[in-house]
Amino acid sequence: MSDVDVTGLSSEPGLKRADRVRLLAQPLAVLVVVGAVLVWAFARETDEIEAESIQAGVLLTKTWEHLLITVVVTAIVVGVAVPLGAMLTRRWAKPVAPVFLGIANIGQAAPALGVLVLFFLWTGWEGLWAAALPIAFYSLLPVLRNTIVGIQSVDPSLVDAARGIGMSPRSVLLRVEMPLALPMVLAGIRTSLVLAVGTATLAFFVNGGGLGELVDTGYKLNRPAVLVVGAVLAVGLALVVDWLGALAEQLLGPKGLG
Amino acid sequence: MTSDSTDSAVSGVEIQLEGVTKRYPGSAEPAVKDVTMTIPAGQIVVLVGPSGCGKTTTMRMINRLIEPTSGRITIGGEDALELDDVRLRRKIGYAIQQAGLFPHFTVAQNIAVVPGLLGWDKKRIAERVDELMDLVGLDASQFRDRYPRQLSGGQQQRVGVARALAADPPVLLMDEPFGAVDPITRGNLQDELLRLQADLGKTIVFVTHDFDEAVKLGDRIAVLGEASTIQQYDTPEAILANPANDMVAGFVGAGASLKQLTLLRVRDVDYPDLALTADVGESPSELRARLARAGDTYALLVDRRRRPQRWVHVRNLSAATSLANIGRPVGDTVSTQSTLQDALEAILAEGGRAVVTGTRGEYVGMIDIETVTGVLAQLREEHESAGDAGDAGDGVDGDGTDAADGDGHGGDAGRAGVARGDAARDGAGRADGGVDGDAGAAADSGAGTS
Ligand SMILES: Nc1ncnc2c1ncn2[C@@H]1O[C@H](COP(=O)(O)OP(=O)(O)OP(=O)(O)O)[C@@H](O)[C@H]1O
Ligand SMILES: [Mg+2]
Repeated sequence: MSDVDVTGLSSEPGLKRADRVRLLAQPLAVLVVVGAVLVWAFARETDEIEAESIQAGVLLTKTWEHLLITVVVTAIVVGVAVPLGAMLTRRWAKPVAPVFLGIANIGQAAPALGVLVLFFLWTGWEGLWAAALPIAFYSLLPVLRNTIVGIQSVDPSLVDAARGIGMSPRSVLLRVEMPLALPMVLAGIRTSLVLAVGTATLAFFVNGGGLGELVDTGYKLNRPAVLVVGAVLAVGLALVVDWLGALAEQLLGPKGLG
Repeated sequence: MTSDSTDSAVSGVEIQLEGVTKRYPGSAEPAVKDVTMTIPAGQIVVLVGPSGCGKTTTMRMINRLIEPTSGRITIGGEDALELDDVRLRRKIGYAIQQAGLFPHFTVAQNIAVVPGLLGWDKKRIAERVDELMDLVGLDASQFRDRYPRQLSGGQQQRVGVARALAADPPVLLMDEPFGAVDPITRGNLQDELLRLQADLGKTIVFVTHDFDEAVKLGDRIAVLGEASTIQQYDTPEAILANPANDMVAGFVGAGASLKQLTLLRVRDVDYPDLALTADVGESPSELRARLARAGDTYALLVDRRRRPQRWVHVRNLSAATSLANIGRPVGDTVSTQSTLQDALEAILAEGGRAVVTGTRGEYVGMIDIETVTGVLAQLREEHESAGDAGDAGDGVDGDGTDAADGDGHGGDAGRAGVARGDAARDGAGRADGGVDGDAGAAADSGAGTS
């Protein structure tokens, strides 16, 4: 009974320093840059056209629309890609897994705008859903692939142990495979989210709103200030979403690993 | 002679394999071919054999992690192939190499999995977890909430065993559970398993490719060849004394006789009461007279509790006025609990014979090299005739008789000077015996010099 004493080990590994610095620095940088641009935009002399766009109400609405598209897209992606990915790792699904991965690959390889426009032409829809569905299709792949790879990279001896002690196939998936694949899945979701925020700037093509509208207005009416505000807000939003994703990875990952 | 493990409560059930075959899809030759064997209730049966011979496959068919291609498996009389496989596995403990603990569960959560699956209430599970941690020698308050990676390899294996035992299953399957730890820890874990088994009496199927481990743990050993064909299925003693064929002999390897000695205790053999003993208080002249009468040149001085102290030669007696300070201290002694291997060590160190002490360290006799060689010769003879009597040559039939007298410790076995059976299973006791013997010797020589 003389095993090595391991009381010295801490139970929660500290985040790596670089990660910690980034977790703090990223939102601060966003705050500073976006704040500065807004101050500049509101402080300068504006003509009528500019004033129509650069006002708190409009900016908030557009940002909100953008966020809404992102959230809906994420919900669709998570709701579809995670269960689909988990299903495709089951033994009986082996033959069909490449088919689904292939489709998701096409979705991402095609230009986002193309997917959006094709979907519009096909359905004739406009508005939020007309934007969210094709964007979701476009950003499905990272989550699908990471879910599959994450589950496949769980140590097979753990799955064997889980089955061997009498867990049902469902329990093995939900209690062992998914939790251990979670870091990978979360990383995939984070990538998808950032893709979604970026592509959501195209939503205005199908009347979906979002910050893309500001960019479009600024460009078409030759008002660089409006364009800059729209672009900076979009970039800021992408960075904030990425930051939230990083935070989620840190907080939601399974304990006892690493 | 104490009768240890086999008489205590048997909670295990018998497992029978009948013509079990496994053919993996895509391979021409079956991985396991027509295996028929009975694993008796409450015993440890070890499957040994070269890598790839199908040990794991055979074992995993018992809990149906692998479905047999053909054949029948019954567990406690129930046809395993008819039961719901998930339900079946909850009644069969399962421990594997590297322990296979879930890294995202704490120690307590790992142990609690099967009771949880069986729907035990929280309080009962918590109590059971503490009880099991205690059973495998882990301090519950210290380790309960740790994650597996915060444990040493040996501690993880203990948790693995605790998890396998959690719902008190009658059957335990263990696939090289101690394969990945250092030899000392492995020895401790083996002792621990034997100690547990002495209380629990489970039916344990244990897979290893380490023959020494098989000898130490097994009530019976099945030596498997290609496609799990049974080469010999018998007690460790019988296999060591009389390997059924060249393959088994190769597996037993060199030093079979020395390995046999680890299975026997000093108390199992006839050790003669050769030495003339004398109390330290006796007068030298009196002792000289006694030695002369007995025709001896040496006497063993013992203290008031008859613990051996020093050897005195008759030459030293003439000049001495008291027995208090003369003679040469007794070196290594062996206890009746010691294995014959330890005894041999002491005999060699002492130059031909060693003092045997009883449970309280008192002198009970002497053991010499002839005793040891005699026992080995006799064992070989017995098993050869048993093998001939079985005449099938594969030992499966012949061992019925062996098992009977091995477990029974019948009077004739004692008289013959050789009794088998319990030494193998009582590893923990054996380790203690060794330690006691040494401590006793040290204490004695200390007392002698003061
Ligand atoms: N899933 C599988 N599919 C195909 N063949 C397999 C599979 N599992 C094992 N085998 C083959 O079956 C044979 C027996 O394998 P098994 O794992 O039972 O051997 P083992 O005796 O446990 O070996 P080891 O001591 O190395 O663990 C080997 O030849 C192996 O290649
Ligand atoms: Mg194996």
